[in-house]
Amino acid sequence: MKNGFAVFFAVLVTLGGSWLGFVVAPAIQLGTAKQAAILNSTDTWPLQRTGEATLGLQVYRANGCAACHTEQIRQDSVMAEVTLTSLGKSKPEDFKAFVQSLFVLPELAKVTNNLAATLKDWKGELPATILTTDDKAMADAMADRLKAAGVKSETGIVAIGADIPRWGVRRSVAADFLYDYPVQLGSLRVGPDLADVGARLPDANWQLLHLYAPQIAVTNSAMPSFKFLFEVRKLGAAPSRDALNVPKEFAPAAGYEVVPKPEAKELVAYLLSLRADAPLYEAPFSPVTTAKP
Amino acid sequence: MNPAETDQVCPAKIDASCRVPLLALFGGAALWLVIGLFLALLASLTFHAPEMLAGCSFLTYGHLAPAANDLLVYGFAIPAALGVMLWIFARLSQAELVLPLLPVAAANFWHLGVFIGLATILCGRSSGFNWLEFPRAAAILLGVAFVLIAISAVGTFSQRQERELYPSHWFLLAALLWFPWIYSTANLFLVSTWPVRGVAQAVINWWFANNLIFVWLALVGVGVAFYFLPKLAGRPLHSRFYALFAFWTLILFGTWIGIPEGAPVPAWLPTTSAFASFLLIIPLIAIAVIVVKTVWGAKVNCKGGPFCYLKFGITAFILSGLMLIASACPEHGRTVEFTWFGHAQTQLQILGFFAIVICGAIYEILPRVMGFALPFPKFVRLQHWLFMLGTVLLVGTLAVGGVQQGLKLYSPDAAMLALRFSTLGWAAFLLGSLLFAANIFVMTMKWKLALAKTVIAYIKSPLASSEVKP
Repeated sequence: MKNGFAVFFAVLVTLGGSWLGFVVAPAIQLGTAKQAAILNSTDTWPLQRTGEATLGLQVYRANGCAACHTEQIRQDSVMAEVTLTSLGKSKPEDFKAFVQSLFVLPELAKVTNNLAATLKDWKGELPATILTTDDKAMADAMADRLKAAGVKSETGIVAIGADIPRWGVRRSVAADFLYDYPVQLGSLRVGPDLADVGARLPDANWQLLHLYAPQIAVTNSAMPSFKFLFEVRKLGAAPSRDALNVPKEFAPAAGYEVVPKPEAKELVAYLLSLRADAPLYEAPFSPVTTAKP
Repeated sequence: MNPAETDQVCPAKIDASCRVPLLALFGGAALWLVIGLFLALLASLTFHAPEMLAGCSFLTYGHLAPAANDLLVYGFAIPAALGVMLWIFARLSQAELVLPLLPVAAANFWHLGVFIGLATILCGRSSGFNWLEFPRAAAILLGVAFVLIAISAVGTFSQRQERELYPSHWFLLAALLWFPWIYSTANLFLVSTWPVRGVAQAVINWWFANNLIFVWLALVGVGVAFYFLPKLAGRPLHSRFYALFAFWTLILFGTWIGIPEGAPVPAWLPTTSAFASFLLIIPLIAIAVIVVKTVWGAKVNCKGGPFCYLKFGITAFILSGLMLIASACPEHGRTVEFTWFGHAQTQLQILGFFAIVICGAIYEILPRVMGFALPFPKFVRLQHWLFMLGTVLLVGTLAVGGVQQGLKLYSPDAAMLALRFSTLGWAAFLLGSLLFAANIFVMTMKWKLALAKTVIAYIKSPLASSEVKP
């Protein structure tokens, strides 16, 4: 460490390692990514956003929406589940007895407690998820047994985590952001996650009202109003086609109407285009038919 | 106390050579610090009443928060750091500053760049990447200014009388090399005409953010502390070997942190990052040992002076590193992801650690450089208390609020109480920064007045007899 050049060279190598690892390698691996195949389908993911939604991403960026909202759903794990769809000819009591007879099987030993607990309160409602396990082979074995007994069932895959199902059905993956510039992942959840908001809240009118005065849609919302994306103008001979149907306490003075500016419409188009609802190899799930809480 | 310093050149001459560049850098930095903290306070107020500023597009949280953050880092932290660096290089080299006009011009470019950046963010034309919101024009100005200052710094460094390097040299030289590297990389890959595709943008953004906020500020802050602590304590830095170890492990592990665990990227990225976060404990312990062994038992009566600033700053740095490690912890780290905890760590790093270390250094440097004492010496102590109070109120409440928010699964009300208390923290910081700015501006004005008086006196003075025609 006696001369400057030795320090410079050693620092160069150390820092260069980080640069190669976290800049060059991801730029090669992720920067050349192509569309991903959707599971059990010939379609690819993601879809290119519409022109209006692409402009809306810029409104989202300009207003710093990512300061309070993330676009990343996380999951802890995936589970396989067996869902009963039809009992065939047998009655619920018979079915319970049949399942209890399976408890002696060594390959189901791990899940007997799980099964017994699920069936205890079950009174024959269908469809019903009777088994959730992290072992796909176990779920398949159970499904085979049920099939042999003449009972119809479906095995499915569900993602598990605190964000699921309230904000989406599966984790966000790299492919979801393939066409975005700038990618707005966000780092703070003052408001809810928006990765799947297009599937969750698909009503454009609700979205516009929520932007105009968040308290209309969500009581005590901490979100500021984005009134500057709307125009309050004098009512003409007839109300404008786009005019919002604002509840009384938020409405402007009589004789005026609230009309979204193009920016507001673009932003809503972008929000509605935010979806993370296609099953992919890296984030599998099956559309589940059961009524989950 | 530093081995490299012998009194071959008169220290007063060295200090005088730094005067104008340092004033240009510190003056702007103090102004941006005040404005940045004011914007941060406004942003924090929007949580008390969301409707208050909603009518103005440029006063919403989404505009104010990035503007405030950028002003604190680009407006205040970096120029202040560069000024302190120039002085330390000159002092360690025992040489006058080389090309002193370069940093003066560069300081003006830099502050112009920050002004353009601020206006752009408030107008809603930010690039949308964290810590890179400035547009291309501002980024180019900042980059050019940094390189100009680095030329002057390295030139001064090469004039050194003693060939052997002092530990602060390693930290500060690495910082001089690393900023242009990460800043140009991030701008070329993200803000240029041909950005990278998809989440590669996010990965590079995380890498840049961590390297700027954690690594770069740590390199400068620790480097500056390693220069001043032994000087003020009146004893040598404890073990050059420890310092070398801390330096290498810091840049080896610190530069790989930053990718959050649940990120939608290939798993090797967050895994590597988490692993590097754990190893970060090694440089943290090394730095703590060095500082404790250097200052423990030193008979310094600091009373809120620069010595106290440095001790508090280094403690905040260790805490900020520990918070970074905690948020990378598997399982438990997820609780605080996407919460205010991360912001608490960032502000602890920028304000609790860096701002306080650099303000302490500036208070130590300015009277020497200007040749007269601080106009308000009592403000130094008061600012120390205000910054400490601000750190506790802001970082403490946000960290606790972040944990609550995570435990309550991001329920909107979970962190509200903490957020409201954190506003007080911003207010304390703002008050402290006003005291800092008052000292710097009054000093600058005094110097300008003295300069004007000299010029007037020169004009008014009778001509020397040799000039008078017979």
